[in-house]
Amino acid sequence: MPKSSPAPKSPLRLLWLLPVLLIGVGGFKVAAMLQPPPSDLDLSLTQATEQGLYIGTLEPSASPIPVGQILTWTVAVTLPDGQPLEHADLSIDGGMPQHGHGLPTEPQVTEDLGGGRYRVEGLKFNMPGWWTIKLSVSAAAGTDSATFNLSL
Amino acid sequence: MRASLVVGGVLAATALAGWSWFTLSSPVWSPAETKLIASLSLSTLPPLPPDPSNAVGDDPAAAALGRALFFDTRLSGNGQVACASCHLPDKQFQDGTPLASGMGQTNRRTMPIAGTAYNPWLFWDGRRDSQWSQALGPLESAVEHGTDRTQVAHVIAAAYAVDYEAVFGAVPDLSNLAEHASPLGSDAARASWAALSEAERDAINRIFANVGKAIAAFERTILPQPTRFDAYADALTAGHDTTGLLTPTELEGLRLFVGKGECTKCHNGPLLTDQHFHNTGVPAAPGLPADSGRIDAIAQVLADPFNCLGIYSDAGPTDCAELRYMDREGHDLVRAYKSPSLRGVTERAPFMHAGQLGTLAAVVRHYNEAPAAPAGHSELEPLAMSEAELAALEAFLGTLSEAGSEGNQP
Ligand code: HEC
Ligand code: HEC
Repeated sequence: MPKSSPAPKSPLRLLWLLPVLLIGVGGFKVAAMLQPPPSDLDLSLTQATEQGLYIGTLEPSASPIPVGQILTWTVAVTLPDGQPLEHADLSIDGGMPQHGHGLPTEPQVTEDLGGGRYRVEGLKFNMPGWWTIKLSVSAAAGTDSATFNLSL
Repeated sequence: MRASLVVGGVLAATALAGWSWFTLSSPVWSPAETKLIASLSLSTLPPLPPDPSNAVGDDPAAAALGRALFFDTRLSGNGQVACASCHLPDKQFQDGTPLASGMGQTNRRTMPIAGTAYNPWLFWDGRRDSQWSQALGPLESAVEHGTDRTQVAHVIAAAYAVDYEAVFGAVPDLSNLAEHASPLGSDAARASWAALSEAERDAINRIFANVGKAIAAFERTILPQPTRFDAYADALTAGHDTTGLLTPTELEGLRLFVGKGECTKCHNGPLLTDQHFHNTGVPAAPGLPADSGRIDAIAQVLADPFNCLGIYSDAGPTDCAELRYMDREGHDLVRAYKSPSLRGVTERAPFMHAGQLGTLAAVVRHYNEAPAAPAGHSELEPLAMSEAELAALEAFLGTLSEAGSEGNQP
């Protein structure tokens, strides 16, 4: 919006703005659905947990990540020094921040693959857009969690 | 003052011209819009996924048997009801009424069948997890076919023994069994069921499950057909000339469908459904018992002996991911119903799970107003659309039908 325009002497002078505003607002509404994730979103599939206890990496089964299919992924977890974190307790959750809903399924960690790698089954994304995945890790060092951003 | 008014007028005219150019000629889509429109085209529908729980799902002999069973009124308590009584082939396999009539009246609206092989969940509330387990429900429902599994087994033995044997092996000898017996239904049917041996019950259940599997093999052949929208989306994706494929109003409706209307939150992918359950604040149908939708279906699908994990399923231990990782709890499942496919929707009034909304105009108005849900919480928010926008949205829905045809004849 041209906020910098000089203060109008007569309200009529602003009349020309009306259609411009209408178009602007229309364009904005279109953007609501197609809202891109914030441009500064960190899409890295490797993230440190909030308190820095662990580093998690998501390994999707396919790229681009398909919408509407039940997926099996691998998650790798290490300590900050890169040493694989074995026998940890993992849980997965997630949702769509711009729509305020969670995942359409209840994914579970189904297998400890050894070497700090774990199988996650039952992930599903039922619409395109910005999703987050929250990985919670419990091990000797404590419980901590990392959030990943996905753009589908 | 006067000069600035003239300048203002010129600017306004230019802006309006730009606006009408966008909406009235071929629109300029953003890359995100183009991608979203392409993802709705039927051409992006993947090949029919196998149903691991149904070993005969792709057997043509099973489909031929299933087709016959689908139209057979002997599979009913009064000899007058077949699947096709409510799922009419010349009406997209639905019946165009708010509530269906069989031996009695159902509490929900009949659903179309095209493309249901892609559905992880069947029924408005998803209380079944395969086409074949779904088919068993209406047979034993007192208000639909009003028959029972033992009577069904007798019909198979008497009328379909040869066709059945070709697909599933010989029908066991049932001559000593009561006419009617089932763990569900009348007191008499349940008493006879209780009197059967474990082996006899298993033999009947197996025939019953196979009836479902044959019907499912037939239903797998009923698929959605390309529409005017698909022609437009494909031309757009290919960079071809799209002129005249959709009218300016329909294009405006498409712009709203993927944009301001937020319809693709739930009606996405080539079938225009996310296959998930949502509370959209649809009013309760007057005179019917309380209906809580998905939340009540969770326990039902888990307890169904014919589900993907059950002994009559052909699935292996690593299949059935949808059932195993099903979202089982949460307030958002209260009065949540499956987003229906919108393919062919214009010819399918009335709308919603009990036919609560009579016209598409009422449907788009519902979305615009986003009324509070009778129970649970509606996910919708008011859209603030103008009358013209609502009309455009409705016009767009009309492009999701096959040109010049009403049905999905297999
Ligand atoms: C009396 C009318 C009636 C009869 C007979 C009937 N149905 Fe239905 N059908 C319905 C209604 C009503 C629903 C929705 C019910 C609900 O959600 O609770 C439905 C739902 C379905 C669905 C679910 C579609 C989806 O998208 O989830 C399928 C598939 C189906 N029926 C197939 C059949 C088959 C196969 C038969 C015969 C064995 C049959 N129906 C008999 C009325 C009927
Ligand atoms: C939050 C998810 C959601 C959104 C957003 C949504 N729908 Fe729906 N839609 C549904 C569900 C769920 C139903 C079935 C509801 C019921 O029966 O109670 C439905 C039903 C319909 C029906 C009736 C179909 C039938 O066979 O009865 C139409 C038409 C429809 N939606 C169009 C739209 C349009 C147009 C938009 C955008 C303005 C839209 N929907 C947005 C989930 C959604």
